[in-house]
Amino acid sequence: MSSTDFTWLIGGPQGSGVESGANIFSKVCAQMGYQIFGKREFYSNIKGEHSYFTVRVSDENIHSNVNDVNLMVSFDAETIFRHYDEISSDGGIIYDSELENTTTDKVRTLDAPFKDRLHKLLESKNKPFTIAGVLELAAEKGTTLYPVSFKSLLEHLSEKVDNPRLRGLVRMYNVIGVSLSLGLLKMSSTSLVDAIDDIFSKKPQIAEINKQTANYSYDFASDNFENFNYNLTGISKQPDIILVQGHYGTSLGKMVSGCRFQSYYPITPASDESVFLESNGILEIENDRPGSTIVVQTEDEISAIGMMIGASLTGTRSSTSTSGPGFALMTEALGWAGINEVPIVITLYQRSGPSTGLPTRHGQDDLLFTVFAGCGDFPKIVYASGDIEESFYDTGNCFNYADKFQIPVIHMMDKLLSSSVVTCKKFNPKKISIDRGKLLDKVEGEYKRFAFTDDGISPRSKLGMDNGIFWNTGDESDEMGHISEDPQIRIKMMDKRMSRLDLILDSVPITQQAISFGVHDYTIISWGSTKGPIIDAQSMLKKEGIDIGFIQIKLLHPFPTEHVQSLLKGAKVLIDIEANHSGQLGKIFKQNISRDIDYHILKYTGRGMTSTEIYDSLKKIIQNKAAKREVLSHGA
Amino acid sequence: MALKLGDYKTDVHNDWCPGCGDFGIVNALQMALSEMGIERDNATIFSGVGCSGKTSHFINTYGVHTLHGRVLTFAQGSKLANPDMTVVAVGGDGDGLGIGAGHFVAAGRRNIDMTYIIFDNGVYGLTKGQASPTLKLGEKTKSLPTPNTNSNVNPIGLAVASGFTFVARGYSYDVRHLKDLIVKAVKHKGLSFLDVLQPCPTYNDVNTRDWYAGVDLAKESMDRHSRIYKLEDTQFDPTVNYAGEVEVNEKLSQALIKSLEWGDKIPTGVFYQNELVSPFSTRLTDIIPNYLENPPAKQIISDAGLPNTDISKILDSLDV
Repeated sequence: MSSTDFTWLIGGPQGSGVESGANIFSKVCAQMGYQIFGKREFYSNIKGEHSYFTVRVSDENIHSNVNDVNLMVSFDAETIFRHYDEISSDGGIIYDSELENTTTDKVRTLDAPFKDRLHKLLESKNKPFTIAGVLELAAEKGTTLYPVSFKSLLEHLSEKVDNPRLRGLVRMYNVIGVSLSLGLLKMSSTSLVDAIDDIFSKKPQIAEINKQTANYSYDFASDNFENFNYNLTGISKQPDIILVQGHYGTSLGKMVSGCRFQSYYPITPASDESVFLESNGILEIENDRPGSTIVVQTEDEISAIGMMIGASLTGTRSSTSTSGPGFALMTEALGWAGINEVPIVITLYQRSGPSTGLPTRHGQDDLLFTVFAGCGDFPKIVYASGDIEESFYDTGNCFNYADKFQIPVIHMMDKLLSSSVVTCKKFNPKKISIDRGKLLDKVEGEYKRFAFTDDGISPRSKLGMDNGIFWNTGDESDEMGHISEDPQIRIKMMDKRMSRLDLILDSVPITQQAISFGVHDYTIISWGSTKGPIIDAQSMLKKEGIDIGFIQIKLLHPFPTEHVQSLLKGAKVLIDIEANHSGQLGKIFKQNISRDIDYHILKYTGRGMTSTEIYDSLKKIIQNKAAKREVLSHGA
Repeated sequence: MALKLGDYKTDVHNDWCPGCGDFGIVNALQMALSEMGIERDNATIFSGVGCSGKTSHFINTYGVHTLHGRVLTFAQGSKLANPDMTVVAVGGDGDGLGIGAGHFVAAGRRNIDMTYIIFDNGVYGLTKGQASPTLKLGEKTKSLPTPNTNSNVNPIGLAVASGFTFVARGYSYDVRHLKDLIVKAVKHKGLSFLDVLQPCPTYNDVNTRDWYAGVDLAKESMDRHSRIYKLEDTQFDPTVNYAGEVEVNEKLSQALIKSLEWGDKIPTGVFYQNELVSPFSTRLTDIIPNYLENPPAKQIISDAGLPNTDISKILDSLDV
């Protein structure tokens, strides 16, 4: 049996149902036993701008997108103009034939730089500036075209089921597109109906009309489309697989870890997590009455971190979720949490900066900022997850680090993770442990919140606890927490707090510090969501007999120098891969391990890396044809 | 065991300037806590940054000296997580109405059951006397190079407009009256605001103790001439007595108009009180019925080191 590796793309204006179309497609694929890696790209816009969703489907474990799309379905012109050249020569394009004469000038959302590039290309190939023009190019490459008049399809259906409302019901275009794709791919029509029922479970009338449209379109494709190079007829289903969206790892991780307070200010791509926590605010607790997460939408990110610190001082596990600009506002209070030894967890869903940058696009450019965030010297942990499944368990660890070391923990996520939809192993809550460190249940005798101890960590009382009175201040303080400017106290307090950096490296298990996916002559170092495309590129090369090593660094501050050094012993050429301009991990690496990075593979277009791109760059490196700094640019 | 006033004092050295109005406020606060018999370990004083920021260190309850302008954010977070605790936030007028004005307005909208006291002296004392948000346009206090070029914020008016449900003004040299106001503010079900006029003897040479006492108005007369008077000595009724647009609007507008009175006559006392507005905890209880009996700070989150939260229903819904 030949293995399946297939990529489908659906595109359309924002608000036209691209996402729900992709959800239906992903659900059906997952139900048929396939592994899914889906990714949504969208503008900072509510309605009208181009958005698209690529879903990669495989019978093996996959962790990334690839460059080639094998089937594109589009119900608007812009999707075709922007993506026609991504379709593989053995692939196909299902499109609305009514659009054939649409010119580039008719599509108001095509921006000038893109249009200029496209016009130059079409001119050089002697093609008109129309949909027909670009489709000719695709056809010349070998791509099969499947024109369908969406309008007449709806007209025929409306006559058949005697429902005049269906005529011209543009809202149905996404379901038509999905169903035509499923028909062409010979996928299960029952699963299609099930998925629609599922998605519209609260709106039975809408479900009905969608199902009629779906069945009719599916049959239309089966009857009219010639054989396609790909089909997805299903494989045997693996047990315990779930289909999750990007923020599920951290939000479910927070519930399980006992986070009971989250304050946040709306920001893309972080808010989905807070909204999910609020929607699921009442929690089921084993052998106890219900628990709850209090989610507060604050007036700004400064208030979000202030409230979180306030809640944490009561002994409540507390957190916030934000992105770069929001985190920038939090940095003063971050230092307050640092000097007052308050455990907090900040989930940082990065996007492309600086400033608002590319607000809805991917980036990993906040690493240096995060490691150095806050004025003054204070200990903190910066920790990064590489995929959604990892982020569930990492969230549990981040809360434990915060409690054990009484410090702020910044859990780095990013937009590529947040807007992915993937299949993965069902999360196992019992693999998360809860360690509250030196948090007290009761206080006896004299109490000093910042008492000097052997390990530099003082027993922690909480606001409102009997006999546990303490003081906090952003100023330097004595053991009670009262202001002190005494030079000797200052030395002892600074040493006490900063000693935690060594304690962290000594006590966080090395398997949580950095993970080795093999070390070879050529070895990659990276962090965060680049893990997915890297391990996929690694296995692509492996199939050709080329071994490339990869170390995923999860603990980014304090930097696990010793562990990383020992892992990298056998590596001759070091390749740093990250989604930013300056190779930020490379800089931290060099600062801690006096060793040069030989190659950087970087991407800062705001679009996530594909495994194809990394594969291509690695090949160039091995063939000694690469620049020291390879810059990637795939993706619309 | 009944607590005495002295039990609410710490032995931390107080380094405020001699004659500072802050002393009266911290005394009134300690007296109020003592009079209400509030358990020391069930109360937290939050403070901002500046001279007034040190207040929390002088009071023997939990004390959280926060960041400049951010005191309300910390205080609200703590109160939401542990609603059983008495929470009083304090800070200067620059802290609360300058850098922290956004939080001031947002706090009013939430109406969390706690008290906020502003030490209102018209200057940034700890940074050597720059103009603060309550200093009037054109006034030139001692260390200003030129007269103030900004108009002032009206703290009472802003509080009323922002949704605070108890709004009052005190005077730091009338400690007993101030203590009574603090007791009322703490007992009020909802967010209370107390604007406390407080001379800065070092940097504010305009609104001095003598000025408040009306010494300049007295001339040769032996009549009472203090600028400060109490609203409760007049016919003024600050309370919203029944729900209804007419009643609420009347009490709101009368408070706003009263807040504009300044000059030879300065009102103190309660400007506005409305307990018919739901406190935030009630709004939360509508969503999470057992919020008050099992608030975040009291929840048990693990059993023998393992999580006790059951997310199996959500996980099952994600099964493919």
